[in-house]
Amino acid sequence: MVNSTTLVKGLRKLSQSQLAIPLFALFLVIVFNVFRDISFFSISVKTNNFGNTVLSGNLISILNGASELAILAIGMTLVTSATKGQDISVGAAAAIAGSVFVKVLRANEITMPVILLALLTACIVAILFALFNGMLVARFDIQPMIASLIVFTAGRPIAYWINGGATPNVDSPLLSYIGSFIPGIPIPSPILIVIAFGILITLALRFTNLGLYIQSVGINERAARLNGINPVLMKLLVFMILGVCVTIAGSINVCRIGLINHETILIDIEMDAILAVAIGGNALSGGKFKLAGSVIGAYIIQALTITLYAMKVSSTAVKAYKAIVIIVIVVLGSPVVQKWVLQIRDRLFKKSMKLVEYK
Amino acid sequence: MNKKILCMLIILLAVSPFILFAGGQKESGLIKVGIVNNPPSESGYRAANVADFEKVFTEANGYEVSTFYSLKNDEQLNAAAQFITDGVDYILISAAATDGWNSVLTNAKEAGIKVFLFDRMLNAAPSLYEAAVVSDMANEGDTAVAWLKAQKLPVYNVIHIQGAMGSDAQIGRTAALDREFAAGTMKKIVQQTATWDEAEAKKIVESVINSGEPFNVIYAENDGMAKGAVAALDEAGITHGIDGDVVVMGFDCNKWALRELLAGNWNYDGQCSPFQAAVIDGMIKELEAGGKLASKKVISDEKGFDAATITQSDIDTYGLGD
Repeated sequence: MVNSTTLVKGLRKLSQSQLAIPLFALFLVIVFNVFRDISFFSISVKTNNFGNTVLSGNLISILNGASELAILAIGMTLVTSATKGQDISVGAAAAIAGSVFVKVLRANEITMPVILLALLTACIVAILFALFNGMLVARFDIQPMIASLIVFTAGRPIAYWINGGATPNVDSPLLSYIGSFIPGIPIPSPILIVIAFGILITLALRFTNLGLYIQSVGINERAARLNGINPVLMKLLVFMILGVCVTIAGSINVCRIGLINHETILIDIEMDAILAVAIGGNALSGGKFKLAGSVIGAYIIQALTITLYAMKVSSTAVKAYKAIVIIVIVVLGSPVVQKWVLQIRDRLFKKSMKLVEYK
Repeated sequence: MNKKILCMLIILLAVSPFILFAGGQKESGLIKVGIVNNPPSESGYRAANVADFEKVFTEANGYEVSTFYSLKNDEQLNAAAQFITDGVDYILISAAATDGWNSVLTNAKEAGIKVFLFDRMLNAAPSLYEAAVVSDMANEGDTAVAWLKAQKLPVYNVIHIQGAMGSDAQIGRTAALDREFAAGTMKKIVQQTATWDEAEAKKIVESVINSGEPFNVIYAENDGMAKGAVAALDEAGITHGIDGDVVVMGFDCNKWALRELLAGNWNYDGQCSPFQAAVIDGMIKELEAGGKLASKKVISDEKGFDAATITQSDIDTYGLGD
C-alpha cells in the first residue's frame, strides 16, 4: 500500500513538473517506434574506417545529431528567460563562428594548440556579434527578434566574406576527434561535448546566483533592479553565453564533415532551437526556465527527424509530418490543455486518494 | 551676385563628371557590356562564374564592363533597364527568376542592344535575345546515370540524396535517376532531400546504415552532400571509392572533391560548368566582325569525371575553388 501511495504522489509530482510535457512527448516517440520497429533501438559495435571501435545505431545517431541543437537550445533558453524574446541569428552567427574557426585552421598547420586558438578566436568573434545583439536588446530595449534580425540577414554573407567564397575544406584526424570519435572512446565526441557543457553550465547556474538573477530579470525587471541586480549586465551576459554556444555548435558542425558551407551550415536551426525551448515547457515570454526541458526538446526534434528518415517518408513530405507532430506537442503543452488535464487528474486522483485513506 | 555665381559653379561641378564621362566613352572604342548576374556569395559555383566573367570581360580584351549583382528579379530588371538607358552595346543576363523579362528585353531590342543569356534560361521569345549559353541540368543527370550503368554492378541499391527540392539542379539531376527507379533497373533504397546540407546528408546515410538495409551506390546531388555521406560510411566502417563496397557520386567538381576522386575515395563527379564567358566573348567578337551566330542555344560542354581516369591536370583545369 505504501508503494502505491508513493507512486501516486510521484506521478502527481511529475505531472505538475515543467518537465511533464517534454518527457511525455519523448515517451510517445519511443512508444511509437517500439510498435513500428523494435530494431530501431538496436545498438551495434563496429570498427570504423580509421580502426576505432565505435557504437552505432539510431539512438546514437539521435544523441549525436542533436548535439548542436541541444547546445544552442541551452543558450536560447537563457536568452529567452532574461530578455523575454528569442535570438533568431544563431544559425547565421554559427556560420560566422565556423568560418573564423576554419580560417584560423587553414592559416596554420593543424595541431592541438592551433585548434584551441581557432576555437578561442571564433568564440571572441561570436561573442562580439552576440554582444551587438545584446546591446540593442539591453540598452536600446529593442525586441530580441528584431535586434537579431540584423545578424540573421547579414550573417551568412559575412561568413562568405570570411571564407573568401566557395566551401573551404579542413582535413585532419585531430578535427575528427571533435566531430566524430576519439580513438579508444566508442561514444561520438559531440555527445560527450554536450554532456560536459551541460554539466558546466548547470554547475555555473546552481553554485552562483546566476540562474536566480537571470530568472528574476525575466520575471520582473524593476523588482530585480530594486534588489540590486543589474538587468543590462544580466542580459549582456546571457547573450555572451549564447555566443559561446554558437561557437561550440558551429565548430562541431565543421568538424563533422571537414568543410564549411556558409549557406547551409546549421540552416534553419534557429527555429528548431526556439522550438526546443517551447517543447521543453519553458515560457517563450521569459522568466522561469528548465534547461533540462530544452535539451530534451532538442532530442525530441532530432528523434522525430531520424524516425521519419527510418520510415522513408518522401522528401517532399518530411517537413509537413514534422509540423503536424510539433503542433500536437505544442498544443498539449499549452496552458489551456494543461488546465483540462489538471482538472481531469484531480477528479481521478481525489477518488483514488480517498480510497487509500479509507483503507 | 555672389550667390548666383556660387550656384552656377556648383551646378557646373555636379554636371562635369557626366560631360567628361560622355566624352570619354565615344573615344574609347571599347565594347560596352552590362552584366546582370547573381551575387558571388550565392554559392561556390557562382563565385567561379563571376570570376570567369571578370577574367574574360576586361579592358585589355576590348570591353567596358558594368556589372550588377542581385538575387532578386525586380532589382535585376531595374538594373537591365538602367543599362538600356546608359546605352550599352550588349547586356548579358543570368536571371534570378525565369519570368517577367519580356518588356525589358523588348525595350533592349528596340534600342538596338543585343542580349545574351548565360547560365540560366528565361521565359522569353527567342527573337528577343541573340543566344543563350546555359547548363543543362538534366543532361548532367543523364551523363552521371549513364556512367553508373556502364559500371555494370551486379545490383544497384541506391541511396539518393537530393538538393533543395524544386531547384533547377535538383530537378535535372533527380530526373535521370528517377527514370531508372521507375524502369526497375536500379533499386531505390532511400530518396531523401538534405537541402544541400552536408550534415543532414550524413544523418540520412546513417539512418540507412542503422536500418541494416544493404546499399552499394550513393548518388548525392552535390559535392558537399557526398562528403557528408562519406563521413557516415567512414564512421560505420564501410569502404567506398575504387575497390570499395560503395560507389560514391557527387556533382559540381569542386577542387577538393576532384582530389577525393584522384585519391580513389570517391568514384564519380559530374561537372556543372560555370565557364560561359569565353563562349559569349567569342560570339560577341563574331557579331562585331559582321558575322552571324550558328545557334540560338549553346549548352555548356559538361563532363563527368571518373576516379579511374582523372588526372591532376583535370583538377587544375576544371576544379572550382581551391
